[in-house]
Amino acid sequence: MSRDSSRLTYLLLPAGIFFGAFFLLPLAQLFHIGLTGKAGWGAYTAILTDRNYFSSLISTLGLAAITTLVTLIVSGLAGVFLQRNRFPGNGALVAMLTFPLAFPGVVIGFMVIMLAGRQGLIGDISRFLTGDKIVFAYSMAGLFMGYVYFSIPRTILTVMAAAEKLDPRLEEAARSLGASTWHVAVDVIIPGLKPAFISAGAICFATAMGAFGTAFTLATRINVLPMVIYTEFTLEANIAMAAALSFVLGAVTWVVLAVARTAAGSTVAAAG
Amino acid sequence: MKRGMAFYAQLGFTLFVCAFLIVPVILSILAGVTVNYLSCIQSGFTLRWVYAVWDGYRDTVFLSIGISLACLAGTLILGIPAAYALAKRQNALSRAIEELLVMPVAVPGLATALALIVTYGGFGGFRTSWVFILVGHILFTLPFMVCSVLAVLSAIDLKTLEEGAASLGASFRQRFFHVVLPNCRGGILAGSLMVVTLSMGEFNMTWLLHTPLTKTLPVGLADAYASLRLEIGSAYTLVFFLMIVPLLVALQWLGQARPTKFVADDE
Repeated sequence: MSRDSSRLTYLLLPAGIFFGAFFLLPLAQLFHIGLTGKAGWGAYTAILTDRNYFSSLISTLGLAAITTLVTLIVSGLAGVFLQRNRFPGNGALVAMLTFPLAFPGVVIGFMVIMLAGRQGLIGDISRFLTGDKIVFAYSMAGLFMGYVYFSIPRTILTVMAAAEKLDPRLEEAARSLGASTWHVAVDVIIPGLKPAFISAGAICFATAMGAFGTAFTLATRINVLPMVIYTEFTLEANIAMAAALSFVLGAVTWVVLAVARTAAGSTVAAAG
Repeated sequence: MKRGMAFYAQLGFTLFVCAFLIVPVILSILAGVTVNYLSCIQSGFTLRWVYAVWDGYRDTVFLSIGISLACLAGTLILGIPAAYALAKRQNALSRAIEELLVMPVAVPGLATALALIVTYGGFGGFRTSWVFILVGHILFTLPFMVCSVLAVLSAIDLKTLEEGAASLGASFRQRFFHVVLPNCRGGILAGSLMVVTLSMGEFNMTWLLHTPLTKTLPVGLADAYASLRLEIGSAYTLVFFLMIVPLLVALQWLGQARPTKFVADDE
């Protein structure tokens, strides 16, 4: 028995050493560096007390929240529809919706430019229709579009997997008792998908908080936290502040994910 | 009749979402092979931009392939034994370790990269070599390998299989290589594809970890988008798509094959 467990420890050891040396130790060092600036502990509260940092924190949180909400609505509608209705081409549509899963942020940024940039499709269409060329790629709206773009493939499979497990008899029962389509959706389908929405939504939110490539491609002037950290680090050479801000950003996204996992888990347990 | 309406409204919506995702991909592929994107397709098709990309950025393609394969080797060596150990010991400690191992996915790449730089930036030879990028990629992809293998190991009856083999006199080494590994082939394959795909496209960390001599494909892409004409950026994106599409197709094919095997165990 003890030989068995020492063998297991020994098997875990390589991953453990690598992880400790290249993740836990650097994170501790990052926290320490955050304290060495002029502000000391103040670097960690600056995100709340400094007006500039606070405003970028608020816009990052707002952007992540709206992205999550819109993505869940879009993935919920399309995912439940594709799961419920089998028709020729269904598989091809699912493949298309999950295809951009592995695009890096920079490529997503470029896709936004193709749609809403200076030579973009939306600009061409709007000029043809109204004479005005609409260009919004290089702003918060463009960033929002990019975040929804990369969040859909990440959430749709989770929603579809959850929709598959919903019991159709519950819906039939609700319908036979006279519930309208709207009531079936609000009282039966959405509560049934809640755990999937929480876990997929948390991933959306955390990714949108920390994403950097898309903002980097679109413009350096967009005021979101990852861009602020990058600017502090490279242009201002304010390493202590960059370290403190990124530590706080990392902590926030990790906590969001951990809380969501617990919430989704307990809901699942309560339902079962 | 009313149901028919709802069906077509939802179908229309789903098609619109698909178009939102796929149209820019098609536009960028077209832009990469047209003479002049502004004057549309009438200007004719050309491979000039693709050649220009190949001339200027060939090295990034090879470096990305090299790093993703090295990353795969690293995650296989570190991840499979760890997943096996975690599958054998299902207790509070193993769950805590699992939770820790997944952290690099939750923490933004920018923060991880900064942490690596402030800790190891002083080791000149290490900082400027491609191994520095590799370390970041392994951190980020290891959870995917561990989770993928762990999912299969928890679904099969590992204990009975191992006891059976042990009762026939198989040593631990024989059991591991001839019983455990063949049984989690599916998980290893899915994890491997995921690792290579993610490593190939990683940007958030790599942008801070790279040096002028160690540019990966996504770093080169960011360069090209910022400084070169739209056609070259598009042609470069096309090269990236050509590398990543086979991996994605394989992943989707595996993903479709999997649920039938897993559903029963989920209940």
